[in-house]
Amino acid sequence: MYEYNDFDHAFLAERNAQFRAQVERRIDGSLTEDEFKPLRLMNGLYLQLHAYMLRVAIPYGTLNSAQMDRMAHVAQTWDKGYGHFTTRQNIQYNWPKLRDVPDMLDSLAEVGIHAIQTSGNTIRNVTADHFAGAAADEIADPRPLAELLRQWSTDHPEFQFMPRKFKIAITGAPNDRAVTAAHDLALRIVERDGQIGYQVWVGGGLGRTPMIGKVLADFVTLDDLLPYLEATVAVWNVIGRRDNKFKARIKILVHEFGLENLREEVEKEFALRKTQFDAGQTSILLDEISRHFAPPAFEAAGTEPFDAAYEADPVFRSWVDTNLTAHRAEGYAIVSVSLKKQGATPGDATADQMRVLAAIAREFGHDELRISHEQNVILPHIHKRHLPQIHARLKSADLATANIGLISDIIACPGMDYCALATARSIPVAQEIATRFDALKLEHDIGPLKIKISGCINACGHHHVGHIGILGLDRAGVENYQITLGGDGTEDAVIGTRTGPGFAYDQIVPAIERIVQAYLDLRESRNETFLDAYKRVGMEPFKSALYPEAQRAA
Amino acid sequence: MARNFTPKVVTANHLLEGDVVYLTVDDRWTRRIEEAELLEDEAHATIRLLDAERQAAEIVGAYLADAKRGPHGPTPTHFREVFRTQGPSNYAHGKQAEL
Ligand code: HEM
Ligand code: SF4
Repeated sequence: MYEYNDFDHAFLAERNAQFRAQVERRIDGSLTEDEFKPLRLMNGLYLQLHAYMLRVAIPYGTLNSAQMDRMAHVAQTWDKGYGHFTTRQNIQYNWPKLRDVPDMLDSLAEVGIHAIQTSGNTIRNVTADHFAGAAADEIADPRPLAELLRQWSTDHPEFQFMPRKFKIAITGAPNDRAVTAAHDLALRIVERDGQIGYQVWVGGGLGRTPMIGKVLADFVTLDDLLPYLEATVAVWNVIGRRDNKFKARIKILVHEFGLENLREEVEKEFALRKTQFDAGQTSILLDEISRHFAPPAFEAAGTEPFDAAYEADPVFRSWVDTNLTAHRAEGYAIVSVSLKKQGATPGDATADQMRVLAAIAREFGHDELRISHEQNVILPHIHKRHLPQIHARLKSADLATANIGLISDIIACPGMDYCALATARSIPVAQEIATRFDALKLEHDIGPLKIKISGCINACGHHHVGHIGILGLDRAGVENYQITLGGDGTEDAVIGTRTGPGFAYDQIVPAIERIVQAYLDLRESRNETFLDAYKRVGMEPFKSALYPEAQRAA
Repeated sequence: MARNFTPKVVTANHLLEGDVVYLTVDDRWTRRIEEAELLEDEAHATIRLLDAERQAAEIVGAYLADAKRGPHGPTPTHFREVFRTQGPSNYAHGKQAEL
């Protein structure tokens, strides 16, 4: 894993010292809020409903045990003893005091964590598959490339004041776990005739105008990649709309200007820029970076303790069957630790839980942890023989919930419990859905089902790509929840379709229950997932389950 | 004819603590909405908001929030403002625990 060098450390210390001075000048009155606000946002500090919020980046969702321990320390020392992991692979602290924030940032910087470029109209923290470097289905680890792009874009003079923010995601596997089609720009690593290349996607995004990205270039070689991306961003930077914040994202350009036209402009710009790039340099740099992401020394050992426990212990078996993913190395597994215990706040971890996770990573997991956009923690490299012991430790820390990919593994944004932009709550809706289906003991019978909830149109909870999406709105002064069905955030990305009128706060859980019951009644077998069933039968059966009155009236 | 003006309170977040505060008749910032000044006249409300904005050393983001007369003073009318008087619903944090 990448270790910060002296340059990085000095850079972070310098940035933090600057921010500390800015905070002091705000407090003593020499900076107005209008002057201070952009500065604090650049350093990850937001003002929410009840308090400030500090958003800290976890690049590529990758961190080590010392960093996880430090995040626990910060939660305990300056916050209320917990942190919230978000869909952007960040951690958010919900209760910092303004005067404490510079100390929090200094403490995090000591282990190389920071809050830079988590906001503003810049190229944001690049996201990648949370199973990167571990997944059995991977063509290549996407993180070295993600880091290459980060270095290319950080403080890039041309890209500091763009029409809007710009989000990039990368997947190195055909099974897309990074929701690449919902990003401004995405790279899918592909293989053609034994050569690795990059498929460039553009114009995806959720929010008020959700769009699935389109393929801008089918196969770009490494030598051409940076000038090609630079050309893409530059074309948008110049002709993208700046008159209207809601029309400024590149997806609107793709929509209004057309993919073909954009491609043509990008090709022209690319021809100019290509000559300015030293092509061979990119692969030297990528090789250099890749060494920092080299796989750990996997051990060759038997899996007997695992096999025995799997045979003997049904609770362990259920957890293994639900929470593990195939690893590329023999005898290894990828462990997803659920932060979605039924009834708990999705994505929250206490300081104690963070420490337990850090300790497990240190002792058994090659010192590596990941944060997934689905708000869970991943132990990417676990030899199976340690799993019984790890499961026991997770259990005593209340972290052994066996529900990955199931109905209670819900993505929920902070919503109106924290977020100043929210139009309705999302956390309690998630809590109640999870608790309800747990009580019904239906969760495992229902099988794979992704529910995603956002507390406003900004769609931080990815509701458009939820198999069942829930959007909380303010309708004439009361909370109202719209449902979409059939969304999909994988390589076959689809934006969900609205069912019809929304539901009041106390009606949304029963409505979800009717949808799920309809699915259970109409599926062909247990092997037909909710999404497959929806694709087969369409909206109508779910509509009649949701709106029985309308059905009778018709 | 102008829209009917509905009563308001001036509210903001505290600069250092970040928590929700309300402007009182005597120009203090209180953490309890019941102690806020209820503004029933539109012109006066506008003036009080300007007064509030001048206190940038203490608060951030002042605005007028709908409220109504209650038995113990102003109470919020919109659910967002109700949450702001309480705190989040997933933990007993914020005003519901601290006041
Ligand atoms: C050789 C391989 C290198 C690797 C693998 C690498 C990797 C990383 C990683 C993973 C981060 C954290 C990413 C993030 O916070 O978004 C980082 C931060 C940083 N790196 Fe490096 N880096 C390398 C070389 C360099 C070089 C040569 C420079 C400068 C010339 C540099 C400048 C920075 C800076 C300024 C930061 C922190 C600020 C920021 O993220 O905006 N790095 N690096
Ligand atoms: S979707 Fe809306 S409510 Fe939820 S976190 Fe994003 S901005 Fe806030």
